[in-house]
Amino acid sequence: MKYTGNIIKYGDNIDTDVIIPARYLNTSDHAELASHCMEDIDKTFVSRVQQGDIIAAGWNFGCGSSREHAPIAIKASGVSLVIAKSFARIFYRNSINIGLAIVECPEAAEAIAEGDKVEADLDNGVIRDLTTGREFKTAPFPEFVQKIIENGGLMESIARGVIR
Amino acid sequence: MAMTMTQKILAAHAGLESVQSGQLILADLDLVLGNDITSPVAIKEFAKLGKDSVFDNNKVTMVMDHFAPNKDIKAAEQCRMCRDFCGEKNITHFYDVGEMGIEHALLPEKGLVTAGNLVIGADSHTCTYGALGAFSTGVGSTDMACGMAVGKAWFKVPSAIKFVLTGKLRKYVSGKDVILHIIGKIGVDGALYKSMEFTGEGLSSLSMDDRLCIANMAIEAGAKNGIFEVDDTTLSYIREHSGAEPKVYSADPDAEYDEVINIDLSEIEPTVAFPHLPGNARTFSEIGEIRIDQVVIGSCTNGRIEDLRTAAEILRGRRAAKNVRVIVIPATQQVYLDAMEEGLLKVFIEAGAVVSTPTCGPCLGGHMGILAAGERAVTTTNRNFVGRMGHVESEVYLASPTTAAASALTGRITSPWEVMEK
Ligand code: SF4
Repeated sequence: MKYTGNIIKYGDNIDTDVIIPARYLNTSDHAELASHCMEDIDKTFVSRVQQGDIIAAGWNFGCGSSREHAPIAIKASGVSLVIAKSFARIFYRNSINIGLAIVECPEAAEAIAEGDKVEADLDNGVIRDLTTGREFKTAPFPEFVQKIIENGGLMESIARGVIR
Repeated sequence: MAMTMTQKILAAHAGLESVQSGQLILADLDLVLGNDITSPVAIKEFAKLGKDSVFDNNKVTMVMDHFAPNKDIKAAEQCRMCRDFCGEKNITHFYDVGEMGIEHALLPEKGLVTAGNLVIGADSHTCTYGALGAFSTGVGSTDMACGMAVGKAWFKVPSAIKFVLTGKLRKYVSGKDVILHIIGKIGVDGALYKSMEFTGEGLSSLSMDDRLCIANMAIEAGAKNGIFEVDDTTLSYIREHSGAEPKVYSADPDAEYDEVINIDLSEIEPTVAFPHLPGNARTFSEIGEIRIDQVVIGSCTNGRIEDLRTAAEILRGRRAAKNVRVIVIPATQQVYLDAMEEGLLKVFIEAGAVVSTPTCGPCLGGHMGILAAGERAVTTTNRNFVGRMGHVESEVYLASPTTAAASALTGRITSPWEVMEK
């Protein structure tokens, strides 16, 4: 799993209420959710996000509600990967289950700046900031989680009999 | 290998003799919960599998609470999708308008959870049932779909923080003040990925409603679950509400904890969490004059009968301040009925409050009390994030039912100790 994109940067405790405000939860349509992504914290996100962009954020990204609409909105808006210092746990498992790539790396999340071009090689646990030339190490996903992702998410894993 | 309470429940449900923190397991579920927002996403996922039935039609429950009674056409369509699915799949525990309540108040009341159970819910506050000595945690809609299909979920076994409670709460101080105090102390990610285990001799003085409120907000400290040691109070609550046999697990005496935190309940004061994080806890010596526009008493945190009783005690025979809108929302139909029979609804209405049918409503900025730009609310709900109750420039202050009621009387954030004899 390799991702390359430009960085959009946020701070600590980005909660699911700002990722996708509850007033839009009367739909589960992916494109519609994406059209309101980050609206309450960053009105420019929707207009500037490009296919493949990478979000870099601080501690406790995705805290709050269990709404899967949050990682869905991020994924549907074109973001390929989220790098954070840490993730809230429900957001973490939701992302794995729906196949949004995420990685915890406090050093990278701190050092990488808005607009930098970044390449992340999650199989080998390396994140490279192509703009500054800096390199960061991450832990690879546990095998169990890799199996879910390799099979295309949790539902696919069930359909294929990986989980029964 | 010594285990915590949570680890024992997880081991038993994974068919393992013991588990340790960090281990990934696949565990059997006793109950899978969804609401009118998260279930539609899960139903769509479930449909992809082409299965005719859920793993057990008695072990799936859906509660129409967030935008119900339907706030708009889209909400109506979401509820209909849940209703049709539950009808088709013959789901026993489907709770629609007229029977429903806010899910986390409703499930314990209906006896759907007992001690020792393993419950997942596509709602972050599913951690509430830890008050009953169950392992329960919030998950997403895909986990819910998987749970409905095969009755299983994957977990990373958590480590734990142990909270040892001593002493007894002072008058007009409740479980809400305890949990706001704790989150203020450890922070909104202070228990990230971990269990919060509550024990100690102070437990015996906490009512079930206090414990449900405390466990409810474990997620606001980032925790995977909050869990209470089972005692006589738990057992008599379970016997009163449920036919299911409780299975009592206790932590091994030599179980390992990341941290042990002692809390003397008698030292807890009325506490308020300032915008925009539940961890911004302050007590009244640090709170100046803050005018408010709205008070909300309700939610899965504080919409139970005891919450309404203590709020009514403060509002009885008095009138809310002018220009403060007071909204009281009993959490379930049963709480509503009990409040009516005890004359509490009359107290609220005479104090100038509106009393709503059970719904999440304003708690998530859904409907029934949305804030305009610049407005402030004191509320007994559990989150005060930016825009949580309406406009992004509005402010939400989290407090107990007695603090909310006292604030309604004065029109500013007020301690119950100021308006009542201690
Ligand atoms: S009352 Fe609020 S926190 Fe509780 S389930 Fe409803 S929206 Fe969620």
